[in-house]
Amino acid sequence: MLNSILKKREYLLAAIILTMIIAISFRSPSFLQLPNMLATLNDTSILMMLACAQMFVILTRCIDLSVGANIALTGMVVAMLNSASPELPVVVLVVIALGLGLILGAINGFFVWKFDIPPIVVTLGTMAIYRGLVFVLADGSWINAHQMSESFLGFPRANIFGVQLLTWCGLLVVAGMYALSRYSRLGRQFYAIGDNPNAAVYMGISVGKVKFKAFCLSGMIAGLCGYFWVSRYAVAYVDIAAGFELQTVAACVIGGVSIAGAIGNIGGAILGALFLGVVNNALPVIDISPFWQMSISGTVIILAVVFNAQSERKTGRTILKLKGTEA
Amino acid sequence: MSIAFSNVRRRGAEIPNKLEMTMMGRLARWETLLVCVVALVFFLNTIASPYFLDVWNLSDATYNFIEKAIIAFAVALVIISGEIDLSVAANIALSSTIMGAVATAGYDTPIIVGAGLLTSLACGAFNGFLVAKVGLHSIIVTIATMSLFRGISYIILGDTVYKNYPDSFAWFGQGYLFDAFTVEMAFFIVIAVFFWMLLHKTVFGRQVYVIGNNKTCAAFSGIKVQRVKFSLFLLSGLASGVAAVLLTSRLGSTRPSIALGWELEVVTMVVLGGVSILGGSGTILGVILASVLMGLVTFGLGLLNVPGIVMTIFTGCLLIAVIVLPRITKLIMSHSKKTK
Amino acid sequence: MSITMDVSAPATSGVARATSGDVHADGRAQEVNNCVLEMRGISKTFPGVKALDDISLKLYPGSVTALIGENGAGKSTLVKILTGVYQFDQGEIFLEGKSQRFVSALDATNAGVTAIHQETVLFDELSVAENIFLGQEPRTRLGFIDWPTMEANAAAVLKKIDADMSPKTILKDLTIGHKHMVAIARALSTDARIVIMDEPTAALSSKEAEELYELVDWLKSEGKSILFISHKFEDVFRIADRYTVFRDGQLVGAGLLADVERPDLVKMMVGRAVDRAFPKNNTPGTDVVMKVDNYCHPTEFDSISFELKRGEILGVYGLVGAGRTEVAQALFGATTPSNGTLELEGEAVEIRSFDQAISKGLVYVPEDRGKQGVTLEMSIAENIGMASLKPTSKKGFLDLAREFEMARKYADRLDLRAAALDQPVGSLSGGNQQKVVIGKWLATLPKVIILDEPTKGIDIGSKAAVHGFMSELAEEGLSVMMISSELPEILGMSDRILVMRDGLIVGEFDRADATPEKLVNLATGNTQ
Repeated sequence: MLNSILKKREYLLAAIILTMIIAISFRSPSFLQLPNMLATLNDTSILMMLACAQMFVILTRCIDLSVGANIALTGMVVAMLNSASPELPVVVLVVIALGLGLILGAINGFFVWKFDIPPIVVTLGTMAIYRGLVFVLADGSWINAHQMSESFLGFPRANIFGVQLLTWCGLLVVAGMYALSRYSRLGRQFYAIGDNPNAAVYMGISVGKVKFKAFCLSGMIAGLCGYFWVSRYAVAYVDIAAGFELQTVAACVIGGVSIAGAIGNIGGAILGALFLGVVNNALPVIDISPFWQMSISGTVIILAVVFNAQSERKTGRTILKLKGTEA
Repeated sequence: MSIAFSNVRRRGAEIPNKLEMTMMGRLARWETLLVCVVALVFFLNTIASPYFLDVWNLSDATYNFIEKAIIAFAVALVIISGEIDLSVAANIALSSTIMGAVATAGYDTPIIVGAGLLTSLACGAFNGFLVAKVGLHSIIVTIATMSLFRGISYIILGDTVYKNYPDSFAWFGQGYLFDAFTVEMAFFIVIAVFFWMLLHKTVFGRQVYVIGNNKTCAAFSGIKVQRVKFSLFLLSGLASGVAAVLLTSRLGSTRPSIALGWELEVVTMVVLGGVSILGGSGTILGVILASVLMGLVTFGLGLLNVPGIVMTIFTGCLLIAVIVLPRITKLIMSHSKKTK
Repeated sequence: MSITMDVSAPATSGVARATSGDVHADGRAQEVNNCVLEMRGISKTFPGVKALDDISLKLYPGSVTALIGENGAGKSTLVKILTGVYQFDQGEIFLEGKSQRFVSALDATNAGVTAIHQETVLFDELSVAENIFLGQEPRTRLGFIDWPTMEANAAAVLKKIDADMSPKTILKDLTIGHKHMVAIARALSTDARIVIMDEPTAALSSKEAEELYELVDWLKSEGKSILFISHKFEDVFRIADRYTVFRDGQLVGAGLLADVERPDLVKMMVGRAVDRAFPKNNTPGTDVVMKVDNYCHPTEFDSISFELKRGEILGVYGLVGAGRTEVAQALFGATTPSNGTLELEGEAVEIRSFDQAISKGLVYVPEDRGKQGVTLEMSIAENIGMASLKPTSKKGFLDLAREFEMARKYADRLDLRAAALDQPVGSLSGGNQQKVVIGKWLATLPKVIILDEPTKGIDIGSKAAVHGFMSELAEEGLSVMMISSELPEILGMSDRILVMRDGLIVGEFDRADATPEKLVNLATGNTQ
């Protein structure tokens, strides 16, 4: 029964996104054309990947606010490596980005696991530290497109079957995440410890360790996105992806991921990301200043949280009623 | 509370009010530790920079922490009650923007200040409504409103600036009282005393502690938990408003990026001041000391030409360290006890 | 009750009978060998309370042992020791002859001990199939979870126990009865040999309970050992083969159920109920202080009507989950009744919040002391003053001197033992904590005080102090409503007794007419 409601919620969200696209295309017909749609998808790929990773963290009743800073730091590191030694193949840089991101995520997870510090405090702290390190590393300077190698910039733009590599990558990661969430023990453990940590202990699951893994995953994906971000926008500086962590949380919450843990799925997170992506891409099309973006995501988070709370509350009440009629 | 209670159990009326506290017990207080660290940092600063002890410099140093400390007091109360408010910096941005708009429309200082304070109160009330009445998590609510409030500021200002503040408005952030100390300093002292009284001397303060320690028990004891929480968010909104007035007046201009990232420093101050992030304990004195400490450190680093963004590394490390260190010492203590 | 191999077992004497000896030697050793799990001389002490005192217990394959005892008899402590949540202080546990100690919950699970609690330890957001197989999911060659196989396996297990549900259902959509079935299915899939059922029927309808009985019968036929904990005699006589009775943390009897009559069990359970001396000196007045008329709630209780006189102690007896706490909390303003009126001293009042109730002179001392009663981190004085901040303060400012004065007054009246009034309540013993809670409520100068399980989990000395105090209060004209599951307390302290079952008041007794048997039979629905 609930499954169908959750599914319905995703249908509802999909319907809203479609309606939005159609409404916008009335104003500006070019919006609906395939190249533009693909561009929107391409623009949203990074958010989609990160939203999925953030979802795992939120499922375990944690939150990762350091993803934006993680992107900036890994992005800066790979950009500097590239400008210093352009002959280094891109694949190596991608691996470095993944590894560095993993380490940064592991630091968050370590504090949450070993010292049981509230994740919000840890990631608020590391958010500042990581971003500060970007400044220290580059001494406050920018790395611009002309300092980056051809292949570094070209990699995400490589065209495969008419679709950019970044999009393919995003889809691949999302597919991997789906498999993880659905078909791996670790994925199910994310749900289990968020649902009932006490019961999880009975099943022999170490709650702290699973949280640690969620942070590692989130960090790793953020690292990957760090490379994509820098090469796609062809610039690396201190403030890139500032506030992006909020977008990832927003995407999750819009997609029905419960901030109290255990509820949510990849489909929802992706639709949440697409929702924000379409809004962001549509704003210039319908002549609204991009400065609206921030408050729109804020408002949408609040609406989504209220909506989630409402639907969660309802299920609570019906259980009570059932209990009563039996007794 | 790590103080060991004596095994002397007395009966009924013979029970004394307070336990004799040992000298060690007094010294082991977090506040004592903070005083020592403040003295140490002060000393190091005088060595590191010859300009530090200059009276004007010291007076300048106060700007570094006063505005943040004012918010930190209110946020301390929110955190003691078991919630959190991350939207304070965004609240400053929005209040400052509204003040800028009112000033640009040609109104005079009282109206500007009134508009700023009203805006901040409205923001606080919005948070309070969502947390206390609707019953949402304060973390996610204030993350959202953090984006919403600053977002509105961006909508209004975009990449422009408000700077048509009347001259009289500068008094708050740049004025002096009796030629001796700054208006900001006066605000700081008055507000610190206010919050000290509120938390430690009033029924309201007691209720905040009870709620932070045990919400259910508070409710069963007839404390109106929702109302107290709502008031706390109002209060932290208002404190942001006061900070917005001081900051805007000091800078003389408003950009939407004003006070960016302050929520981190404010939370760090509160936690450094000995307030438990899980709620239930902490003192205003601790927050005052922590704010002075952070002010001195940032000012000292500033004199040494360390850029602001690097200081945030320091802040971030400090935030994590103050929470981790007590836990490590506890672990070591319990370990050594076991081996004994 | 038709398991033949049990009949030969001379298990009637029960108490600490077992000796290890050579296992395969004679018939008696054979019997020892037969038992899957044996607890010998187990003791467990909590600060101030001896929860278990030299307890022995045996479980046999294909047999249901009922564990009977009042609240606080030590049943739940025993379950926690068996499931590895608590560690015992003394004694030994033998699992199939081998000495064993469960250091963690997982340890017990791995050893084949599974507990099915009233509140199931399962995952609400996961599907039935996952709940059964979590941690041991079947996987494909590539390492992916094999959902079709898992669901098929789950369906097979569910079919075995005749549970009618889809493996794909999300757990939170199931009723409690069905959740129990999932827990049992999980126990089967993990090859549990010992299944502990902790009051599984408390929240079930009679139809669901019957389904559960059938399931237990089936588990028995599969050769599992079952420890069945229940208050309800209908449960016990319907499914159990053996019984073990605990009272005050001690073993008072064990044996085959076929050899025992119901009244004997009741006597064992209640014990020296009536002989214990209770300090009772109050005489109830005649004027009605509180009148409850037809209080109803859609899910918790129905048509509750009673009167409480000045200086009276009204006992409310019933099993856990009979709706007593719910009625009390509704009176105190936690929930709004759908129907009914409340009169205090002849004046109709509507109470919709706790502070309203307090200001009207009606207070409730909750059962869950740690969560609802005290704030453990705060001081004695702060806790005693918590509910009367308004009268002790001046214009919103605290008056610490007055607060200490008040705290001392009640510390004196309640004979509190402590080092100082600014000591955190968490550092006191349970009994002294309870005194602080009662002091907190008395400080509000109430007319009616509702005590919910006032002596649960506290030591004998504090119990006596609380009882003596209750009587003193009633003498002074306070009306006391005491909810308790402890028969001696109910019989010893009450002027009048209400019995509740399934959300209804099913009987009312005067002090003189009440007997333990009558109360237990009414409360449990035992008609014999």
